Amino acid sequence: MEQTRTRVTADDPCIVCTDAAIRRGDTTIWSHGTFAIPRGTVTAVVGTNGAGKTTLLNAELGLIPLSHGNMRVLGGAPGTNNARIGYVPQSYTSDIDSSLTAEQSVLLGLTGTRFGIHPVTRAQRAKTREAMEFTGISDKAKLRLSELSGGLRQRVAIAQALVSDPELLMLDEPLANLDLASQRTTVRILAQLNSELGMTIQIVAHDLNMLLPILDGAVYLLDGHPHYACLDQVLDSDLLTHLYGTTVQVVTTPQGDMFVTPALTRPDASADTHRTDEVAQFHHHEYDHDRAQ
Amino acid sequence: MNSLTYDPQWVSTITSPFMLNAFIAGLCIALAAGVVGYFTIARNSTFAAHALAHIGLPGATGAVLLGLPVSFGMGAFALGGALVIAALGKRASQREIATGTVLAFATGLGLFFARMSSSASQQFQSILFGSILTVTPGQIIGFAVFDVVLLAVLAVTYRPLLFSSLDEQVAQAKGVPIGLMNVLFMAVLAGVITIAVPAVGTLLIFALVVTPAATATMVATTPMRAIVVSTALCLVSIWGGLVLSAMFPAPPSFIIVALSTLFWGIAKGIEAARHRTA
Repeated sequence: MEQTRTRVTADDPCIVCTDAAIRRGDTTIWSHGTFAIPRGTVTAVVGTNGAGKTTLLNAELGLIPLSHGNMRVLGGAPGTNNARIGYVPQSYTSDIDSSLTAEQSVLLGLTGTRFGIHPVTRAQRAKTREAMEFTGISDKAKLRLSELSGGLRQRVAIAQALVSDPELLMLDEPLANLDLASQRTTVRILAQLNSELGMTIQIVAHDLNMLLPILDGAVYLLDGHPHYACLDQVLDSDLLTHLYGTTVQVVTTPQGDMFVTPALTRPDASADTHRTDEVAQFHHHEYDHDRAQ
Repeated sequence: MNSLTYDPQWVSTITSPFMLNAFIAGLCIALAAGVVGYFTIARNSTFAAHALAHIGLPGATGAVLLGLPVSFGMGAFALGGALVIAALGKRASQREIATGTVLAFATGLGLFFARMSSSASQQFQSILFGSILTVTPGQIIGFAVFDVVLLAVLAVTYRPLLFSSLDEQVAQAKGVPIGLMNVLFMAVLAGVITIAVPAVGTLLIFALVVTPAATATMVATTPMRAIVVSTALCLVSIWGGLVLSAMFPAPPSFIIVALSTLFWGIAKGIEAARHRTA
């Protein structure tokens, strides 16, 4: 029955949050998260350092419990549909000093969760090859991860995530530490995954510019609350300035391309530089009556 | 002291019954150390291998003091240490000063126990540096049983253990029970350390559990091949050590460790040369 579901319908979103909140110890990371991310879309998760972007991904994967509210991911509670989620963590470039080959690494995305004795099948090898072709690393299959550049390792990690045919792909800072060419390649691959395979994609990002051409919307973590908005609403100078705590301008070129730029003025003294736990207390919501501050 | 002299009687030495025991024990130890060594490298847990051997030392000498088998005390202390390290997670290897202090204290405690009785004192050196030539048939049966259990457990948990070793974050997101895998690995490592101590002792164990696996990951590119190569290197080191120590009388532990180090040095050299030309 899962297979017969249509992919992009407004009433069957990929992720639904209802008044969701997360606490770590005594600190509220964020709260009042009420939003829905439609299927088949590309969504950025944006916010300042420490705003809880990675926390949001971890909550969606069921690795961190919600302290309040409700969340549904691919129609189930967080963590119950992880087999249908591809995940590319942030640390792939720095952490992995592995002697494993690219091919072996991608293969683990398919076989790595199975207990018992299972020889690798021909179908699994074919699937692995297909995923590597999609991200353009077939010629690197036999090279060790430690021999690959950051950009290529990124593509190995994406291939590993998509080899199990996920419906939702989550990437944590996929463009950080990559040079311009590698960033473009990564964005192109993500665009293809979305348009050709209809994959829903969620990207934690600092810099929106590279992603602007493929984004449908963004979850922005502002004042301690996650909000979802379509892209045209996100691309607002006042909002982005508030969001990043430094003056940001949205520039539209004569060709119609949009850019987000930091304004080249002296640091704005009025910019927001609050800690997450402070901003979580900034404003009140209608359902605050059941909670003490 | 006799320096390096050739012993023409070496063929009759290595065909004697105690040598046969040593060869069989060597096979059992190589199998366990080679397989688990690969995971030790993959998990960046080489520190734990080193630490468990030190933590096991007071257990080993304490067991002798109480009249218990050495491997019993060694195993109990190593397992206890393994579970503590598993509970601490990555933090254990980052707390260098605390860990180093605990390990030094454990070694001192081992010496203290050893000096409390003459039998423990006699066995102290063989616990520190190994005595593969005195392995008993009873011990060999214990090694073989451990190997069978080890291989059965690893066969069933192979892929999730590998995934969690190489890519913990993604494995966790995919539902692999990484906490359980960590405890399982540490327990297995404690067992391997315990059975490898008779071969080379607690002080030289790094060269048998970690070094061949490190050499293997330089040579082989798939996990399975690396495990096979690592086991083979362990076996060649131990058997080679036994034969060479019969030909040129020397402590087998020394030659076992020397061979293991030599293979690693050669692989390292070839790798460096390849990088220069590439």
